[in-house]
Amino acid sequence: MSLPTPPSAPYAHSSANVQRTMALVMLALTPSTLYGLYIYGWPAVFLFALTILSALAAEAFSLALRRKPIVMFLGDGSAALSGWLVAATLPPWAPWWVAVLGGLIAIIIGKQIFGGLGQNVFNPAMVARVMLLVSFPVELTRFVDPKPLFSQGAPDFSQSLQIVFGQIEKFDTISSASLLDQIRTVLKQGGDVPGGLAEHYQPMAMLIGDVPGSLGETSALLILLGGLFLLYKRIITWHTPAAMIASIALIAAVMNLIDPARYPGPVYHVLSGALLLGAFFIATDYVTAPVTNTGRLIFGAGAGALVYVIRTWTVFPEGVAFAVLLMNALTPVIDFYIKPRIYGRNRAGEPLPGPDDAG
Amino acid sequence: MKLFSIRGGVHPSSHKSLSSEQPIRAIAMPELLHVPMRQNIGAPAEPVVAEGESVLKGQLIGESAGPVSAPVHAPTSGTVTAIGDYIAPHPSGLAGLTITIAPDGREAWAELPPPLDPETATGQEIADRVREAGIVGMGGAAFPSSVKLGLGTSRQLHSLILNGAECEPYLSADDRLMRERSEGIVGGAAIMMKALGIPRAIVAIEDNKPEAIAAMRAAASGHGAIEIAAVPSRYPMGSEKQLIQVVTGVEVPAGKLPAHAGVLVHNVATAHAVHDAVRFGRPLISRVVTVSGGAMAEPGNLEVLIGTPVADMISACGGLKGTPEQLLLGGPMMGVPLHDKAAPAIKGNNGVLALSRSEVNPGAHMPCIRCADCVAACPCGLQPLEMMIRIRNEKLSEAADVGLYDCILCGACSWVCPSHIPLVQYFNYARGALRDQDIVKQHQDKLKGYTQRREERLERIARAKEEARKARKAKMAAAKAAKAKAAAEEEATDA
Ligand code: SF4
Ligand code: SF4
Repeated sequence: MSLPTPPSAPYAHSSANVQRTMALVMLALTPSTLYGLYIYGWPAVFLFALTILSALAAEAFSLALRRKPIVMFLGDGSAALSGWLVAATLPPWAPWWVAVLGGLIAIIIGKQIFGGLGQNVFNPAMVARVMLLVSFPVELTRFVDPKPLFSQGAPDFSQSLQIVFGQIEKFDTISSASLLDQIRTVLKQGGDVPGGLAEHYQPMAMLIGDVPGSLGETSALLILLGGLFLLYKRIITWHTPAAMIASIALIAAVMNLIDPARYPGPVYHVLSGALLLGAFFIATDYVTAPVTNTGRLIFGAGAGALVYVIRTWTVFPEGVAFAVLLMNALTPVIDFYIKPRIYGRNRAGEPLPGPDDAG
Repeated sequence: MKLFSIRGGVHPSSHKSLSSEQPIRAIAMPELLHVPMRQNIGAPAEPVVAEGESVLKGQLIGESAGPVSAPVHAPTSGTVTAIGDYIAPHPSGLAGLTITIAPDGREAWAELPPPLDPETATGQEIADRVREAGIVGMGGAAFPSSVKLGLGTSRQLHSLILNGAECEPYLSADDRLMRERSEGIVGGAAIMMKALGIPRAIVAIEDNKPEAIAAMRAAASGHGAIEIAAVPSRYPMGSEKQLIQVVTGVEVPAGKLPAHAGVLVHNVATAHAVHDAVRFGRPLISRVVTVSGGAMAEPGNLEVLIGTPVADMISACGGLKGTPEQLLLGGPMMGVPLHDKAAPAIKGNNGVLALSRSEVNPGAHMPCIRCADCVAACPCGLQPLEMMIRIRNEKLSEAADVGLYDCILCGACSWVCPSHIPLVQYFNYARGALRDQDIVKQHQDKLKGYTQRREERLERIARAKEEARKARKAKMAAAKAAKAKAAAEEEATDA
């Protein structure tokens, strides 16, 4: 709708714009992603580039179909960011078609069929992540031990191309599992959590990120750094990440007290898998999360609890993507019930009583 | 003193240093003064002078027409050269009835009403004097001040708040007035307190004006009942509702006037004008205006006669630099675009701005990304994005249900929106459209009333006719029956 009234004040504007917001989020992601690219080497670099290119191509294609200004919307950075987040959640040596599909699903199914920027109900990157995981469970859970770029035993450029373009089987030494998988396996084989943790769990390595895992999820410290940067720049508020981390930590602590043999403690849950990335970068996605701080607390707490439930009692070792999507579906409900109180009115929207009306 | 918090708000760059160190100065007498008859909310004044007539400074030239109206006085001595439509400093840019005066340069005063002694004058005398002096709210809303002053007679007020927040960027007129004429402001406050029987007054000043705070503290030091409050610098601190909240902790109930919260708010410049009117019998014929902006050569604070063309103020400030992106009356957050530099200064106008492109910082409108920055910025607890979405879908009454009329149009939401969505423009549009719908509906109701009444009338007539007919019929039947009876009786007798 174009407005028939003349323009009105304000004739001043903050320095904020969509492009700047997206750019700051990508800047915040850069340290953890660069670290992932470094420790997983060339295959990860190719995968990362392919995912983003695919997302950009999908965005350009959709914009062209819908006759929207391509340059302006591609330039806003939202498609690149979605592609980036998809790549961050992929196993770093996944084949090329996973990357391409991931970018396409995120943009076309996750975003454009809802009407484009700002219209989608579900987080595009998580839509892609879940659809890929459900369709290609093998490729999506084949992690590798870190093999830093240029280190001994790391694949060189051409070997990396072979890995990404489908001949991963040639490199049989690499298959590994994430900690979440390993603990599950231990439990399934009749072992207990302390034993499994003693064997596989190195909190320091997990802080730094020097473990098998998804491309951009492993370094807890660098993700935290990025998250704090976003808080400092006021791109996000503390409510979502704090609630999400606190809720999973609390539940994990209680369950761990009840039965330490079966339920690992809070630190394990917070540092594992996609939780920190999810708390700071995914559950905070503007479009698909509530608009009030109270709503964000509920959203974060719900997401944290769901992650715990999914990790602990379902067939999936990791649950951040499912949890975020479920909470996305609840966002309109949260926004409907949680609203700020209007000046001069009570929570029900009735005018406050004046001194005249008071008995 | 204890202050309370307000919700939301934003911190636009203040740009006040452009003009805040420039003392108030007068400017050369303009060739012509164009004094609009309508300078306030409510009815315009009615001219009481004729073309060609000579007028003296301070002489009444427009009489107030109704209870919400303010008289207008000649800003200087001279000759009335025209009475007619002239460009008005209004967002529409439409013309309004204006008296044009050619100054004679003598500045000869008319005989003024005698000074009043606030100690002995009654509240009514003071309120009358304020009304006769043509004082309106000088902070922008331009509500006739005597109407506000009169409110005290029916309600017990506990606090008078003098608004010296001046939270709009660029503006420094009130700042300078408080620094240079603090005695008059404090005097005005004391007069209003006396007239209305208000026990205490608080002068609220944003803490980015330390000199003004110091000057006002010094001036108020003798008055125990007048306090100076340094309120946080945050836009829109100077909005009446927000200022009341920050100073008293009380919210004005939705749809009610501040008096319902026991508070009266006046601008510091208004207080100063009240002081002049009561102490010296002087009507309101001049005011301080900040002339500033990145496209203004030498920003400053001018004391101008009402009716001074904006062009004269701009040239008194060295003219424009480059091509301004936007010329404004008032501040950048709530000011109105200036369409014609010939438009005159009015009582409620505190600023003339020429903003460069980088200051306005326009941007391409993008879709809403639900970042909720507007929700966080809104001082009224509204969800601007929700109102905008409803208005965009032409669901105007739904927008009203979620707070369209609770919005004070402060512009904090538009200012902060990363997608550069003109939220306030949506709200203005929706209010205008709803008003139009209302007018149409009232008209239809009126028409419906006419037809309904006509139908009722016709029906009444028809019913009356019908009844008359029935009555006739009954009468005839009765007559017939009587006749028959008589005949029967006759027959019976015959038999
Ligand atoms: S600030 Fe703008 S983009 Fe953000 S939620 Fe409000 S309207 Fe949408
Ligand atoms: S203009 Fe209205 S909706 Fe926007 S911030 Fe101000 S009060 Fe809130």
